[in-house]
Amino acid sequence: MYDQERDLIAALAGHRIGRRDFMRRASQLGLGAAAMSGLMGQMASSALAADSSFDWKAHKGTTLKLLLNKHPYADAMIADLDAFKELTGMDVTYDVFPEDVYFDKVTAALSSSSSEYDALMTGAYQTWTYGPAGWLVDLNDYIQDSAKTAGTWDWDDVLPNLRASTSWSGVPGEALGGKGAKQWALPWAFELNSISYNKRIFDQQKLEVPKNLPDLMETAAKITKDVSGVYGIGVRGSRSWATIHPGFLSGYVNYGAKDFTVDGGSLKAAMNSPEAKTFTADWVKMIQESGPKNWSTYTWYQVGNDLGAGASGMIFDADILGYFQNNGDTKEKGNIGFHAFAANPDAKEPTPNVWIWSLAMSNFSTKKDAAWYFMQWATSKEHDLFGAVKKDMVNPVRQSVWDNDDFKTRIAQNAGYLEQFKASEPGAKIYFTPQPLFFDVTTAWAAMLQRLVAKELPVDEGLDQLVASIDDQMSQAGLQ
Amino acid sequence: MSALEHASISAKTASPSRRRRRQKWLPYLLSLPALLVTVWIVIPFFTAIYYSLLRYRLSLPQLKGFVWFDNYLHFLSDGRFWYTVQVSLLYTVITVVVELVLGLGIAILLQRSTRFNNLAAMLLLLPLMVAPALAALMWKLMTNPNFGILSYLVGLIGLTNFRWASDPSTALFTVILVDVWVYTPFIMVLLLAGLRSLPKQPFEAAALDGVPKTFVFFRITLPMLMPYILTASLFRMLESIQQFDIIYAMTQGGPGNTLTVFQVESYLQFFQFTNVGRSAALLMVLWAITFFLSNVFVKNWLRLRERAQGISEE
Repeated sequence: MYDQERDLIAALAGHRIGRRDFMRRASQLGLGAAAMSGLMGQMASSALAADSSFDWKAHKGTTLKLLLNKHPYADAMIADLDAFKELTGMDVTYDVFPEDVYFDKVTAALSSSSSEYDALMTGAYQTWTYGPAGWLVDLNDYIQDSAKTAGTWDWDDVLPNLRASTSWSGVPGEALGGKGAKQWALPWAFELNSISYNKRIFDQQKLEVPKNLPDLMETAAKITKDVSGVYGIGVRGSRSWATIHPGFLSGYVNYGAKDFTVDGGSLKAAMNSPEAKTFTADWVKMIQESGPKNWSTYTWYQVGNDLGAGASGMIFDADILGYFQNNGDTKEKGNIGFHAFAANPDAKEPTPNVWIWSLAMSNFSTKKDAAWYFMQWATSKEHDLFGAVKKDMVNPVRQSVWDNDDFKTRIAQNAGYLEQFKASEPGAKIYFTPQPLFFDVTTAWAAMLQRLVAKELPVDEGLDQLVASIDDQMSQAGLQ
Repeated sequence: MSALEHASISAKTASPSRRRRRQKWLPYLLSLPALLVTVWIVIPFFTAIYYSLLRYRLSLPQLKGFVWFDNYLHFLSDGRFWYTVQVSLLYTVITVVVELVLGLGIAILLQRSTRFNNLAAMLLLLPLMVAPALAALMWKLMTNPNFGILSYLVGLIGLTNFRWASDPSTALFTVILVDVWVYTPFIMVLLLAGLRSLPKQPFEAAALDGVPKTFVFFRITLPMLMPYILTASLFRMLESIQQFDIIYAMTQGGPGNTLTVFQVESYLQFFQFTNVGRSAALLMVLWAITFFLSNVFVKNWLRLRERAQGISEE
C-alpha cells in the first residue's frame, strides 16, 4: 500500500480526521468506490486492533465456517471479511442459502449435531426452538468474560429492546430478556414495521399518509378505486408465520390484543379477545377491499416488489423493504416515503413488532472461542457502521451508528425514514409470547386469516375455532 | 506359458472341496450388492418407524419418550388428518385420470411414425424437462392477477376475478393444472412407445374384416395397451400421492388448509414445527397407502399382461 493511503487510514483510525474528510481525501487520491470500501474495512480493523488490551490474534490460523442466508446483511459482512482476516489472522469460509430453504438447512445441520458450522444467521423466533433444543450456546458467558471480549465491543451500545428480544429463559410464557434469560444470539441488523408509501401516487391523488387503521383502510380503498392498475395496501398473506409477524402483529398489539395470556405457567390462546376480534375484522376487510388479489400467496418478496413496481400505493411491512425498493433498481426508485404507524386511533405510540437477523453460535462447534471472536467483530461498532454506510446493512442495531453523521446523511435521502424510525424505535420489540410452538401457532393463525379473507367463515367464529385448535395443541404439548 | 493357460491349469488342479466351498459362497457373494442396497433402504425406513412411535418435538426435548401408537391413534380423532387423506387421494385420482386420458389421446394422435409426429412428440416432452418446483413458479407468475398472461386470457372471457391458487375454491384446480402440464408428457411417451410396439396382425385382420374403429380401439388396442397404461398409472400414482414441489411452491398448503396433502403436512411438521414424531407417523401412513395401492396395481398389471399376451398370440 502507498504511504499516503496508509497515513490516511491511520489518521481516520486515530480519529484525527472525520469520515467525510477521509472520503474527500480518498477521492483526491483517485480511489474508486470498491477501493474505498476496502479502505473503510481496513480502517475498522485498524481501529479494533488499536485496542492493545485485547489480543485479536489469539486464534490466528483457525478456520471458521459460517452458515448464511442470502441477504444484503450477509453481503455486507462478506464484503468486509478481509478486514476480519487481517485483524485476527483467521480464515473464514461460508455456505450461503436462499431464504426459502435457509432455515431447513439450519434445522438439518443443527438437529444432526453437525460440527460443520461454527456460527450462523438466525432470527430471534427460531432461537425459541434452537435454544431449548440445546443447539445454541448461551452467549452471556462470553459477553461477560473480559478475557474473551474486547473492551471496545460495547454490548450496551446495542439497542436495549433488541438485546432483550434475543434472550429468553426457555420457560414458555416468560418475558424475553427477563431474569435468567439466556442470550441465544447477538442482534446483527433488524427491521421494524411502518408505512412505506408511494409519494408520487399520494401527491397525484392529494392523499395524506394514514395515521391509524381506519385511515389506512380509507386511503387504501381510495387508491384502489381511483388509480388504475394499482391496489391500495400491500401486506403479506402466505400460509406462514411470516404473515403474522410484520404489519399484522404490529397493529394487533397496538389494539391491546395479545397472542396468549399466561397464568401460572399455563398458556391460553387469546386471539378471540374483543380487541383481537375488532382488529382482525378490520384487517380482513382491508385486504378484501384494497389488498392484492392473490394476497394469500404474498410473501415479503411480492409485497416489496409491488411497491417498487408502482403496483401498490403503500405497504404496512418492514421499513427496510421500502428502503430497498427506494434505493434499488426499481421503477419507483426515489419515490418511496416512510411514516410511523399506530394502528389504533386511541394509541399514543406505534408498537412495531421486529424481525432481528442475528448471529448465533452452534453448540456443536469445536472452535467456540474463535467463533466468538468472529461474532464480536461482525457485531462491532466498526463493522455495523461499515455495513450501514457503505452497504445495505439497515437497520443497524447500534445506537452509535444511528448517531453517526455519515449514516444520518445517507438515510436522510429516504423521505421520512429517520423520523419514522425515531417515532417507532422506543416501542419496537418482539411482541409474541415466547413459547416452543411458535411456528405451529403462527402457521395456524395465518391459515385462519386466509380462510377469513376468503369469506369461508365469519371472523368471530374463525377466531374462536383458532383458539380452540391452538389450545388443543398447547395442551398436547403439555403447555396448558 | 500364457497367463490364461496357467489359470486354466490352476482351476483344474484345485481340490474338489475348495471348488465346492467356492460354489457354496458364490450365490451369497453375487447377492451382496443387493443386500447392501436393501440395508441402505431399510435402515432409514425402520428409523422412521421408530421415530413415529415417539413423542419427539425438537423444541421440547424434555418431553421426548416412547408413546407407542399414540401418534397414530391421535390421527383417528383428528379432522385435519382425515382431510389430508381425502385431499391427497383426490389430487392423486384426478391428476392420474386426467393425465391418462390426455396422454392416451395425444399418443394415439402421434401413433404413426412420421417426421412431424416425431418432432411433435419431442416438443411435447419439454415440460417434463422442467423441474416441478420451477414449473410451479412459472405458473405462479402466469396466474398472477396483476400481470399474469393466463389471468389476462381468462379475463377476456369474463373471468376478471379469477384468483387461481389464491382462492380456496380454485386452488386444487390450479395445482392440478400445473401437474397435468408437467406430467402428461410422461404418460404420453410411455403409451406412445406401447402403441408403436403393439403387434400389427390383429389390427390388419380387423381391417380386413371391416371391424369398426371404436370396436378395434376398445376391444383390441386398449386391452393390449393395458399393461402400459397400468405401468404409467402406477408411476404417476406414486408420484402424485407424494406430491410436494408444485403444491408447496404455489400455496404452501393453503389457502387455509385447502392443500395440506401428506408431504406438505409432513414437511411442515418436521421442518417448521420440529415435530419429528408426528411427521414420521404421517409418512408411515403415506407409505402404507402407497404400498396398498401399488400392490393393487401390480396384481392387476400381471393379470392384464397375461390377458394382453393372450390376445396377441390369438
